[in-house]
Amino acid sequence: MREITYAQAGLEAVQEEMRRDGKVFYMSTDAILPLVKEFGEERMRATPIAESTMTGMSIGAAGSGFRPICDWRQVTFCFVAMDQIVNQAAKITYMFGGQQKFPIVYRAAVGGGGRLAAQHSQSPYSMFMNMSGLKIILPSTPRDLKGLLKSAIRDNNPVISFEGNRLLAMKGAVPEADADETIPIGKAEVKRQGKDVTVVALAWAVHETLAAAETLAKEGISVEVVDPRTIAPLDVETIRESVRKTGRLVIADEAGPVCGASAEIATLATEDPATFKALKAPVKRVCALFVPIPYSPGLEDHVFPDRNKIADGIRAVVKA
Amino acid sequence: MALGPNTLREMLHTMQTIRRFEERASDDYHAGKIYGVVHCYIGEEAIATGVCGALRDGDQIISTHRGHGHCIAKGADLDRMMAELYGRRDGYCKGKGGSMHIADFEKGMLGANGIVAGGISIVTGAALAAKMEGKGGVAVSFFGDGASAAGPFHECMNIAAAWKLPILYVCENNGYAAQTPASTTLARGGEVAVRAAAYGIPGVVVDGNDIFAIHEAAEKAVARARAGEGPTLIECRTYRWRAHTERKGQPDYRPPEEIAAWKAAGKDPIARLVDHLKAKHGFTDAEWQEMDRQILDRIEQSCRFAEKSPFPAPEEALDDVFAA
Ligand SMILES: Cc1ncc(C[n+]2csc(CCOP(=O)(O)OP(=O)(O)O)c2C)c(N)n1
Ligand SMILES: [Mg+2]
Repeated sequence: MREITYAQAGLEAVQEEMRRDGKVFYMSTDAILPLVKEFGEERMRATPIAESTMTGMSIGAAGSGFRPICDWRQVTFCFVAMDQIVNQAAKITYMFGGQQKFPIVYRAAVGGGGRLAAQHSQSPYSMFMNMSGLKIILPSTPRDLKGLLKSAIRDNNPVISFEGNRLLAMKGAVPEADADETIPIGKAEVKRQGKDVTVVALAWAVHETLAAAETLAKEGISVEVVDPRTIAPLDVETIRESVRKTGRLVIADEAGPVCGASAEIATLATEDPATFKALKAPVKRVCALFVPIPYSPGLEDHVFPDRNKIADGIRAVVKA
Repeated sequence: MALGPNTLREMLHTMQTIRRFEERASDDYHAGKIYGVVHCYIGEEAIATGVCGALRDGDQIISTHRGHGHCIAKGADLDRMMAELYGRRDGYCKGKGGSMHIADFEKGMLGANGIVAGGISIVTGAALAAKMEGKGGVAVSFFGDGASAAGPFHECMNIAAAWKLPILYVCENNGYAAQTPASTTLARGGEVAVRAAAYGIPGVVVDGNDIFAIHEAAEKAVARARAGEGPTLIECRTYRWRAHTERKGQPDYRPPEEIAAWKAAGKDPIARLVDHLKAKHGFTDAEWQEMDRQILDRIEQSCRFAEKSPFPAPEEALDDVFAA
């Protein structure tokens, strides 16, 4: 299979779906040139810097028969649109008794590592998990991004696609357009089989965990890596199954721990009696420290988890 | 008030300091000493300089992602600015902020801001505070044409007009928001000042590369604000010489002829002021070269200061989440 970058995979998903369905159109504060070239400025709309309005207009256009993709670029820029996300998009289907469909995709880049300081280095996906009515995908590979984004565009609900800043240039095998591969929203994938400990890792942390697993294999620790791929809905069964097999659970996430996806995963895993009984050690989270993200490289690296911190966390759980 | 030769030389000094600072920031960014992202203010120096020149100590300003020029014009220290860009402990934000987040609260510089239009309501709050203090303080909001499309702009214009807040809304209209031309996303093809009429406040358009026009408009607006008559919207038509950011591979789709035309001597705000000083005030080439040399020395010194300052210790990442 050919290899393409994560960024390219996202673009291909959009192109293929825009070709498939004339109702799909795209809004972003900067035009994406290949989309302008192929679909024109009507369907690739460069907008004013007015994310709140773009977010709300997407709801209106979706309720009127279109399938908008609203690209917030960095997740940071969607915070001005919180009313439209929280009060409107997340609730509109339910509140009006399911009368209308609102097929919208909101795209947002998340994560740090770019020395961009607090406002431009955020992974706030759990804030949105807190809202019922939103589906959330968090793909870690080019193939997952393409397949999940295609599913998101075909979904009849608001779906947020959180895409890792650190993953954009990462390459991976992705099927060609004619394969039309979609990946179902709500299905985790075991990215590495192991027997001593389960690590549920999110987005960029999947790759750091896979690297840590290589190191630990040499120390005789066999790590299973589970990538939920979508966090709303969250495939809790795959996680529990893995934990029942290994008896240990570590969660690795670039986001902070407080009320995070990591907290939800830990709870969902352990409140199941059979999974709880299988545990041989306390659950451990390896997340960012609970501070805004600082600029200076040494500070930023101190705040984020990485393969070494994840390996340490795994060792601690295995020894516990 | 007509600007005398000494004031004009000071303004030239400020503008050239901004330009040389930005050139150095760009070089050091590409040399890997400055991280993340840097947005240069080159080409727009007259705006910060002319507006801040109409302010006094105690007045407050807020800036944007393109903030170095506003800092310098409000009197921020070059050493601490450069140290912040270098991510060092002696930087304004102890290495936590970087280029997009330099502030000097003592100088009334309430911060650069990574969120487009994110500063407009904050500085409108500073104007409210100035009004409640009743000591004649004034606030200035600098923002781009792009920001003028965002909700906070409109909400602030309304409240500041309704409450007669002592504030200047200074739109730096460089015709683009990143890659997107203002003509394609703003009403009336990108005119901003006309909107003031809807709020019943003065809205003026000035040549944003003409230090005289900017300073005059700012003085008038400041006098109005201090007199309790409320806000003014000043739209400065200008251009950024460089790409939106200094990032490698940053696309710049603007027509090359357009860029060249704005860089020409008749448009360059610095060359225009130099020409004026030479024609009217006997300013010589030698004096200009000497001024520039001193500025370059000063910037070199700020880089040495930054180099000498240590990186913060990793655990310092946990400091300053809350005030004591
Ligand atoms: C709310 C928000 N949306 C998008 C961005 C990304 N962004 C950063 S600068 C910029 C363009 C700003 O244009 P303008 O206000 O005209 O300022 P200029 O860069 O021209 O000085 C954009 C879109 C942002 N920082 N904040
Ligand atoms: Mg602009």
